[in-house]
Amino acid sequence: MEYFLQQLINGLTLGAIYGLIALGYTMVYGILGMINFAHGTIYMLGAFISLIGYLAATTVGGAPVTLALLLALFATMAFTALWGWTIERVAYRPLRKAPRLAPLISAIGVSIILQNFAALAQGTRAKPLPPVIRGGFTLINSDDFPVSLSWMQIIVFVMTVTLMAGFTWMITRTSLGRAQRATEQDMKMAALLGIDVDRVVSATFVIGAALAGVAGLMVTLYYGVIDFYIGFLAGIKAFTAAVLGGIGSLPGAMLGGLLIGLIEAFWSAYFSIEYKDVATFGILVLVLVFRPTGLLGRPDVEKI
Amino acid sequence: MTPSLLDVEHLTMRFGGLFAVNDLSFTAGNGEITAVIGPNGAGKTTLFNCITGFYKPQEGRIALNHPDGRMALERLDDHAIARRAGVARTFQNIRLFPRMSVLENLIVAQHTRLMRASMFSLAGLLGLRRYRRAEAAAVERARHWLDRTALTRFADDEAGSLPYGHQRRLEIARAMCTEPRLLCLDEPAAGLNPRESAELNRLLLDIRADEGIGLLLIEHDMSVVMGISDRVVVLDYGKKIAEGTPAEVRGDPAVIRAYLGEPDEAETG
Amino acid sequence: MPAALRDSLLAGLVAAALALPMLGVRLVDSATGLSLAGRFDLVAWAAGLVFGGRLLLRLIPPLPAMPVLPAGFGNLRPAAGWAMAAFAVLLPFLPFADRNVVDKATLVLIYIMLGWGLNIVVGLAGLLDLGFVAFYAVGAYSYALLSQSFGLSFWVCLPLAGVLSASFGLLLGFPVLRLRGDYIAIVTMGLGEIVRVILQNWQELTGGPNGISGIERPSLFGLSFKAVPPEGQRSFAEFFGLDYSGDHRVIFLYFLILILALATNLFTLRIRRLPVGRAWEALREDEIACRSLGINPTTVKLSAFGIGAMFAGFAGSFFATRQGFISPESFTFMESAVILAIVVLGGMGSQIGIVLAALLLVGLPEWFRELQQYRMLAFGGAMVLIMLWKPAGLLSHREPTIRLDGQP
Repeated sequence: MEYFLQQLINGLTLGAIYGLIALGYTMVYGILGMINFAHGTIYMLGAFISLIGYLAATTVGGAPVTLALLLALFATMAFTALWGWTIERVAYRPLRKAPRLAPLISAIGVSIILQNFAALAQGTRAKPLPPVIRGGFTLINSDDFPVSLSWMQIIVFVMTVTLMAGFTWMITRTSLGRAQRATEQDMKMAALLGIDVDRVVSATFVIGAALAGVAGLMVTLYYGVIDFYIGFLAGIKAFTAAVLGGIGSLPGAMLGGLLIGLIEAFWSAYFSIEYKDVATFGILVLVLVFRPTGLLGRPDVEKI
Repeated sequence: MTPSLLDVEHLTMRFGGLFAVNDLSFTAGNGEITAVIGPNGAGKTTLFNCITGFYKPQEGRIALNHPDGRMALERLDDHAIARRAGVARTFQNIRLFPRMSVLENLIVAQHTRLMRASMFSLAGLLGLRRYRRAEAAAVERARHWLDRTALTRFADDEAGSLPYGHQRRLEIARAMCTEPRLLCLDEPAAGLNPRESAELNRLLLDIRADEGIGLLLIEHDMSVVMGISDRVVVLDYGKKIAEGTPAEVRGDPAVIRAYLGEPDEAETG
Repeated sequence: MPAALRDSLLAGLVAAALALPMLGVRLVDSATGLSLAGRFDLVAWAAGLVFGGRLLLRLIPPLPAMPVLPAGFGNLRPAAGWAMAAFAVLLPFLPFADRNVVDKATLVLIYIMLGWGLNIVVGLAGLLDLGFVAFYAVGAYSYALLSQSFGLSFWVCLPLAGVLSASFGLLLGFPVLRLRGDYIAIVTMGLGEIVRVILQNWQELTGGPNGISGIERPSLFGLSFKAVPPEGQRSFAEFFGLDYSGDHRVIFLYFLILILALATNLFTLRIRRLPVGRAWEALREDEIACRSLGINPTTVKLSAFGIGAMFAGFAGSFFATRQGFISPESFTFMESAVILAIVVLGGMGSQIGIVLAALLLVGLPEWFRELQQYRMLAFGGAMVLIMLWKPAGLLSHREPTIRLDGQP
C-alpha cells in the first residue's frame, strides 16, 4: 500500500510534466492539424536554458536560490517562446498550404537541427545539477516503506495547476482565446471574420513553447540531470498523452499526461523498468485502435 | 409495374438525438429513375450514405434484389455493397482521384474484375497473356464510357485539371465502369450550366434505356427532376411526405408546404 | 531598401536573442560541479550571419522559379534512369573509385533501396509510416539469428528475412491501418520504438545492447571472399586466379545491393501498372471514393504495408551481412526519419527523385565525415530548406500508368 502510494505520487509528478508538454502538441494540432515534431526539442532547450539561467543567477549574479529560480523560470519561458515563434515563422508558415507531409518533414528537420545544435553548443555529456530544492514531508512513517512527498513535487504540482488555471482562463475568457477557438474550428471562416490567423497561430506556438520550457525547467530541477537527447522520448510520450486524452482537447492533454506518467511509474515499479516505454506505446496503440478519438476527444462523423 | 430493385423499409438514422432519416420506406424500380427531393437538411444525402453503406442505420432494412438473391445492404460494408451488390454512387462534392489520369480513374473503377483476372496482380507481375487481355478489355470499357460522356480527348489528362462539369461527367463514367445494377447520383446537376444540365439529362436517360439499371437521384434542379424521373420521393425532416410521378408530386399540398413554408409564415420562409 | 534593412536587423536581433543562452553561454564541467563560460563572440557571429543572409535574400531578386523542367522531360526519364543504372554498374571500375568510394556508394544504395521500399507505403499508398526501421531491423536480426542458430547461408536467409518482415508488417498493419492518416504516423512510430526497446532488452535472443557480432558474410555461389576460405569452400580469388584482395568483397557487396535495389525498382515500376498498384495510388488520392468503387481499403493498405516491409527485410539482411555486426543502435527512429525524408524530398512516388534525395541526404554528408558533429546539423537543415524550396519534393511530376492509345 505504501509502495503504491509512493508510486502514485511519483507518477503524478511525472505526468504533470508530460501534460504541460502535451498541451503544446494538442493546441498546434487543433489549429493546424499538424504534428509539431520539434516540440519535444523545445522542451529540451527549455531544460538547458533554465539550467544556464539558474547558474548565471546564482554563480554570476549571486542571487539567492528563490530569486534565481524565479529568474530562471521567466528567462526560460521568454527564450523558449521566442524559439517557438521563430520556428513557426521560418519552417512552418511558408508551408501552410503545402502538401500535408511537407510541414511534418520540415518539423522533423527542425528537431534534428535543434538537437544537434544543442549537442554542439553544450556538448554531448549529461549535465548534472545538485538538488536545489531539498526536503519534503514524510506522509506515512511506515517501517518498511516510508511514503514521502518532496517540496520539489509540491512545486511541480502547484506550478502545473497554476499554469493550467491561467491557461484555461486565457482560452475561455480572453479575446485571444476566443480567436484561438474560432481558428481551431474553421481557419478560413475565422480569417473571413477578421481574425488575424497568423497572429493566432504565432500565439499558439509561443504559449505552447513557453509551457514546454516550464516543463524543461521542472525536469532539470526534479531529476537534476539533462542532456541534448531528452527531448525526443519526452516529446513522443507527450504526444502520446495528447492523443490518449483526445487530440485537440486541452483537459484531455492534461489527463493524458497524468495517465502516461502513472502508467510509466507503475509499470516501472511493478513490472520491469526496461519495458516502461513499451507499455506507454502499447497503451497508445490500444487506445487508437479501440477509441481513436481519445478519452475526451469528440467523436467525429466521417463527412462524405 | 416493373419489379422493384431496391426496397427501403422503416429506415431510421440518428445522429445523437437528431433524426436525419426517420422511419422511411420506399422502393426504386429496375429501369427507372427515382428522384429523391426535399429541402436542405431533409436527410437525402444521409439516406444515400445508408444505402451505400457509409453509415450504418440504427433501424430498418435496405434490400437489393440481385440475380444472386436478395441482399441486405445494411449488413454489408460499404466496399462490399459496391462490389457484391453492384451499387455505385457519385458524391455531392466530387470525389475523383485528382492526380491520376482520367483513364486511370476509370481503370481503378474496374479494380475488382482486374484483380480477379490477374490473380491478385500475380499474373500481371509475371506478364501473363491472361492479364493483358483483361486489361485491354478494361480499357475498351473505359473508352466506351469516355465516348458516351464526351471525355475521350481528355483521357490522358489529370482528372483534377478538368473543368467542373467534365469532372461531374467523369464521376458518372467512373461509377458506370463498375457495371452497377443501381446507380446513386448525389446532385449530379449541381454547378452545371443549362447546356451541361441538358446533356446530363440525356446521358441519364440513355443509361436507363441502354443499361436497364435503376437510377436513384438526389437533385435540387427541378428541371432535371421533372424532366427525367419516373418517380419522385419527397423528404422533409427525414420523413417521406409524398411519393408519386413528377406530376402528382408537383401538385401535392404537403410538398408545396415543405418547400414554401406554412401559409402563415410564407413571408419569412 | 530601408524596409529590407529593418527586416534584416530584426532577424539579426532575434538570432542574437535565440543564440544568447544556448550559444553564448557554455556549461562547463568543473571540479566543483557545473560552471559557465561566456562565448559572446559566437552570438555576434550568429546575429551577423543571419542579418547578412537575410539582407542578401531580400536584396537579390528571387531565383527564377526553380529549373522548370522542359515539357518533354517525362520522356527523358527512362533514359535518365538507364543512364544512372549504367553508371552504377560501371562505378567500381572507374579510375577514381577506390575502396572508400565503393563502400560509400554501397551505403547510399542501401538507403535508395529502403527509400524505394518505403515509397510503396508512403509515396504510392499514402500511408505515413514513421516506423519503417522496425522492418529493416526484423530483416537484419532474422538473418543474423537464422544464420547463427541454424547455419543457413545468406542466400537461404534472404528470402526468409523478407517473408518474416512482410508477415511482421501484416501483423502490425492489421490493427494500425484502420486508423486515420496522422494516427498511422504516430502508431507506427510507437511500434518502431517498441521493436527497438525489445531488441535492446531481450538479452537471450538479441544480445541486448551489445547486439550480434560475427555474422556470416555472403558467398558467391559457394565462393568465399575470405583470405582463408572455410573448409570445403574455395575462395573467389583462387577460383578466378586472382591475388586475394579485400576489395573483392567490397565490390561484391556493392553489386549485391545494386541488384537488390534494382529489383525493388523494377518491381515497383511494374506493380504501379497493375490493379494493386493503381489501387494504392487511388487510395492515397481518396479513400472514400475507393470504397464506393468496391475496393476494400484494408486489404489494399495491408498489401502495401507488407510489400514495403518485405523490401525493408531484404535490405536489413544485406545490412547485417555487410556489417557483420548489428545492434539496436542502428535501428533508431532517426533512421526512419531519414528514410521518410528521402521519400518525401524525392517527390513522393518518384523513383528517380528518391535516388537524388538519397545522394543528397546520405551521400553528400558522408563526404564530410570529418565534420561528424556538423553532419546531422546539415542534414536537418537540408530537410527544412528543400521543403521550403520545393514543398512537393524534388521531382513531383507524375506520369500516367496507362494511356488510351498504347502503353505509356
